[in-house]
Amino acid sequence: MPSHFQGNHCRNSMATEEKEGAAAESIIAETQKKITDAFEVFDHECNKTVDVREIGTIIRSLGCCPSEGDLHDMLAEVEEEEPTGFIRLEKFLPMMTRVLLERRYRPIPEDILLRAFEVLDQNKCGHLTKEELVKYMTEEGEPFTQEEMEEMLSAAVDPETNTVRYKDYITMMVVDES
Amino acid sequence: MGCGTSVTSSQVKKSEKAIKAAILIQRWYRSYVARLEMRRRYALSIFQSIEYAEEQAQMQLSNFFTFMLDHFTQPNEPDSGKKKCKTKDAHNSLTTDNSVPDSDEMMGEYERTIEIPDSYYGPHLCFPLTVADTNALLQAFKYRQQLHARYVLQLLHETRKVLQQMPNITHLSTSYVKEITICGDLHGKLDDLLLIFYKNGLPSEENPYIFNGDFVDRGKNSVEILIILFAFLVVYPNHFHLNRGNHEDHIMNLRYGFTKEVMKKYRSYGKKILRLLQDVYSWLPLATIVDNKVLILHGGISDTTDLNFLNLFQRNKLKTLLRPLKSNTETNHEPQGPSLIEECSNLREVKKCLSRQDITKSSSSSSSERKQYCRDGAGAKEHVNLPGRTHSSPLGEQQDLESRVTTTACTSPDLTTKEWKQVLDILWSDPKHQNGCAPNKYRGGGCYFGPDVTARLLKRYNLKMLIRSHECKQEGYEICHNGKVITIFSASNYYEEGSNRGAYIKLNPDLIPRFVQYQVNKGTRKKTIHQRVSTVELSALKSLREKIYAHKSELVAAFRKYDPNDTGKISPSQWASAVESVLHLDLPWRTLRSRLVHLAQDGSVEYLSSFDALEIELPIKEVQPSLVETLCRYKADLEIIFNMIDKDHSGLISIDEFRQTWKLFNLHLNIDVDDESIDSLARSIDFNKDGNIDFNEFLEAFHVVHKFENKISE
Repeated sequence: MPSHFQGNHCRNSMATEEKEGAAAESIIAETQKKITDAFEVFDHECNKTVDVREIGTIIRSLGCCPSEGDLHDMLAEVEEEEPTGFIRLEKFLPMMTRVLLERRYRPIPEDILLRAFEVLDQNKCGHLTKEELVKYMTEEGEPFTQEEMEEMLSAAVDPETNTVRYKDYITMMVVDES
Repeated sequence: MGCGTSVTSSQVKKSEKAIKAAILIQRWYRSYVARLEMRRRYALSIFQSIEYAEEQAQMQLSNFFTFMLDHFTQPNEPDSGKKKCKTKDAHNSLTTDNSVPDSDEMMGEYERTIEIPDSYYGPHLCFPLTVADTNALLQAFKYRQQLHARYVLQLLHETRKVLQQMPNITHLSTSYVKEITICGDLHGKLDDLLLIFYKNGLPSEENPYIFNGDFVDRGKNSVEILIILFAFLVVYPNHFHLNRGNHEDHIMNLRYGFTKEVMKKYRSYGKKILRLLQDVYSWLPLATIVDNKVLILHGGISDTTDLNFLNLFQRNKLKTLLRPLKSNTETNHEPQGPSLIEECSNLREVKKCLSRQDITKSSSSSSSERKQYCRDGAGAKEHVNLPGRTHSSPLGEQQDLESRVTTTACTSPDLTTKEWKQVLDILWSDPKHQNGCAPNKYRGGGCYFGPDVTARLLKRYNLKMLIRSHECKQEGYEICHNGKVITIFSASNYYEEGSNRGAYIKLNPDLIPRFVQYQVNKGTRKKTIHQRVSTVELSALKSLREKIYAHKSELVAAFRKYDPNDTGKISPSQWASAVESVLHLDLPWRTLRSRLVHLAQDGSVEYLSSFDALEIELPIKEVQPSLVETLCRYKADLEIIFNMIDKDHSGLISIDEFRQTWKLFNLHLNIDVDDESIDSLARSIDFNKDGNIDFNEFLEAFHVVHKFENKISE
């Protein structure tokens, strides 16, 4: 059981403690079910393993927003001593349960995302050109593959002006998902 | 590339800040894409679960056909009358063994008797066919023209002649050609076939093809696909090969749309075409072997698959796999005679047993409950299993049936059970990852074969690999059993636009398969990932809601068990297990929950809301709700039974036939709908009171629709 659940709660009585304990148990159980469900979607062989290349999708689909670097660290933790190209649920489940319960790699709020775009928009004109976006996304940070870039552009770029009105873009993406 | 030394980079001051911003955007975007990808996968699993559940139902229905057909064909049938004649005809049209004359006179006959009017603007064929004809056909179909019925009949006739010359298992060699192309299921998707030819070149002596079954059904252009494939077969009989699939079966076609397509496109000659086609199907080869090393067949194998046997039996005896228990002594007395219906049709358990070694789920209480449901659900089907077991057979007694069964046995030159089973296995089976061979309960026919079964068969016949089709794969192909089994599937967007890619295999003399993937794209502008996923997802959820509605009363009962105080709320996990216990679709209900029901503030599920938002597009109002639910649930089964009774496939049914069918149907499923409701339903459907029901439209009206589309998406 993750340590913070045994932390110093204010305890009124044995009853509430038990209640809290039960609630914590059920949160853990729910979380683990969620992780297992997501894992099984990619478990094509139905043998509680998934291809290591799909781990990123599983982790991110569970509402985490790790960077590629973070992902790499998480992978290192669950990979076999001799990497087989597959990750076992047995190893993945405890790690992922901990990440979710500790609320690590939280989703990026809309305003922070907006600020990031503003940093890239050096002329402060409210938009990026298609070329600027491509340049940043494929040359800086953890570069996009060509496929990822094309995918992003297909929704982000206004085909008439060839620019990205990032504020509208963010709003659209957030609405899309809800 | 890289290092940031390009010319433009000097203009941008590379601040730490910009890099951080870029990383943040990349992080955010990748998560966004991953969440969509997950939603897409869920949607696909909904489609697949529902598809297989339906196939299972279809196989189960086959025993009912046997029951029904046997029942109506007896000359000394005690009860007689109009209905009997009709159904007898229906039987004949379904099982004609070979009523089509088999000589070249037929070609001239078609020419004499079927006139092509001057107004016909479609392509003209000139027999014997040449490349000019195949080109003309391809051109015409690109422009959505139709081939005249006379040419279709002539082509089918020629096709059969060619097929009759072929062995059950065709042997090919790569030594004279560079590569052989192998394609999987097409399912009436003409654009995929045209795209394959465009990318890979037209068939010719230098460019041989193998099409591995399931040319028809589901898609809108099965007719055109068959015509193109058969025309190439006739032109290049040595370089163009077709294997039979499980959909090259006229009873499958009744349910999955091809019969309807033919009747719509060829009103007056449709029946003739269908009848001839039954025979053509039966002559399709069953498998192909390349260089004595690569076995290609539609479904798979079982632990009893015997290629030598399959190569020798008279394959055209087998018109349909869906009428297995033809009345003969052998099937009656053979102890291990095949039974398509397994006692329990619990998809989830089957799937779990097959694939997951450790079943940690389900406490004892919930599993016993599940069994309870399972029994209830399967109870009706068990009755179908043995016609004699149905308690109140209105059409004859059990004794009668049995005596009939034995008398017909001597006279019919029937297929043996072994022949039937051998073919069933190769056309219906799927690979599984665990060793062993188990009945394919999931589909209801064929089996699941493990890597050990594959290894043994390959060794026995000194083969290198098995190429099969039969299952939709997201990437168009999949490799399993340590690289020994390849699945190839060539219908892209099979479930819905964007659901999957199609692929074909290029096999060179080294027998190393090379995969080519593609996806037919209809729109001009590329859709965004969100649009693509949404399309697939909405359509999947729609099918799922239809399922939910169709099982409304069972579901409500299951929910209420968790809600003794009638609060209308249960916990999410109770909801998930209740739904699974009724539908057995093995879906991630916990995740789908928010899209199917309303959640209360405290996180519990307001379970009745799964139905609130749904409504059936119903032509009539006064029918009782339970009947509507039943109709919705058995739409496909009913449709197929009606199609059999509606022998001219006109889509019109008399009120009397409607009533008769319902009664049969009730008997078959052991459901209880009283006569009065049926009569009132029949009366109310017949709006214009002309005594006929337009059944196609009637059934199509029974789609579940979403009443508050917006409210749910909030």
